[in-house]
Amino acid sequence: MFAREDDVLEAAELWRREGRGVALATVLETWGSAPRPVGSHLVIDDAGHFLGSVSGGCVEGAVVTEAQEVIASGIPRRLEFGVADEAAWTVGLSCGGRIAVYVEPVS
Amino acid sequence: MRLDLLATLNAERAARRACLVVTELASGEQRLVRATEIGGDPLAPVLREALAQGRSGLAADGAAFVSVNIPAPRLLLVGAVHISQALAPMAQITGFDTTILDPRTAFATPERFPQVRLLAEWPDLALPAYGLDAFTAVAALTHDPKVDDPALEAALAARCFYIGALGSRRTHAKRLDRLAARGFSPEALERIHAPIGLSIGAASPAEIAVAVLGEIICALRRPARVRAEGAAA
Repeated sequence: MFAREDDVLEAAELWRREGRGVALATVLETWGSAPRPVGSHLVIDDAGHFLGSVSGGCVEGAVVTEAQEVIASGIPRRLEFGVADEAAWTVGLSCGGRIAVYVEPVS
Repeated sequence: MRLDLLATLNAERAARRACLVVTELASGEQRLVRATEIGGDPLAPVLREALAQGRSGLAADGAAFVSVNIPAPRLLLVGAVHISQALAPMAQITGFDTTILDPRTAFATPERFPQVRLLAEWPDLALPAYGLDAFTAVAALTHDPKVDDPALEAALAARCFYIGALGSRRTHAKRLDRLAARGFSPEALERIHAPIGLSIGAASPAEIAVAVLGEIICALRRPARVRAEGAAA
């Protein structure tokens, strides 16, 4: 079952207060069929733990990886996943939709 | 997101106050805008619309992202009755923070309602602390005016997003007379859904629970439609 959005935002705050490196990913835009609505969150820490979702489990792995660089650099970035993008197909947004995700550090 | 902004956001959420977070995507700059502060924001019309729709999204030609934070919907079931035994777990699965109120301690027991918050008190005593608001649905199911009426009055005053009352058309007509005598306008009383629930021919308590939950979800997700259908009925 998906975590409630408040759990995700509460975890982001708690994890940061514990001294972990933390990034917050947010669904900015969706096209076609997309499993999670705009505004959905995924929180990631510097050990690769994560809570919440930005898709139905299809691209979370790639977002968690990108989040490590965001935590290290402190610079937010925008990611896009969709069937038009071969790399994205590899990570598997198999529902045929496209999504844009914003990944930012919690600083 | 800055930790102080995140902490403020979580505090607003915990206090069940609606707010928005605006992110300027080019710079990463962020600001938290409380519902009461929208008028002073450069994106005021966009934020007002986003809050009314309850929908996050891009704004200012994609230059900004508006994240809408609306309190999680709650459901207050007035009456620890048979319908509530089916409705409470269904509502919890659907994501409603669910509470049952019934001053009759023989009804409001943990044995009959495992895993649900129970308030075995009269509405006038329990509701001030519970805090009815616009993100709460209230279904009055006891058939007893001594319990249902005060809860309905409080729900009308708090502008709960859904207010439903069990009972036949005749029972409801008498209820409307009582509430009108207490000073409620015809427009206010039209907000009460009665007979309660979507018209799906529900017969058993569990089927009535489905009809009520469907009507509550419709009020949450398609408020205009519920109003239009209510006016046509």
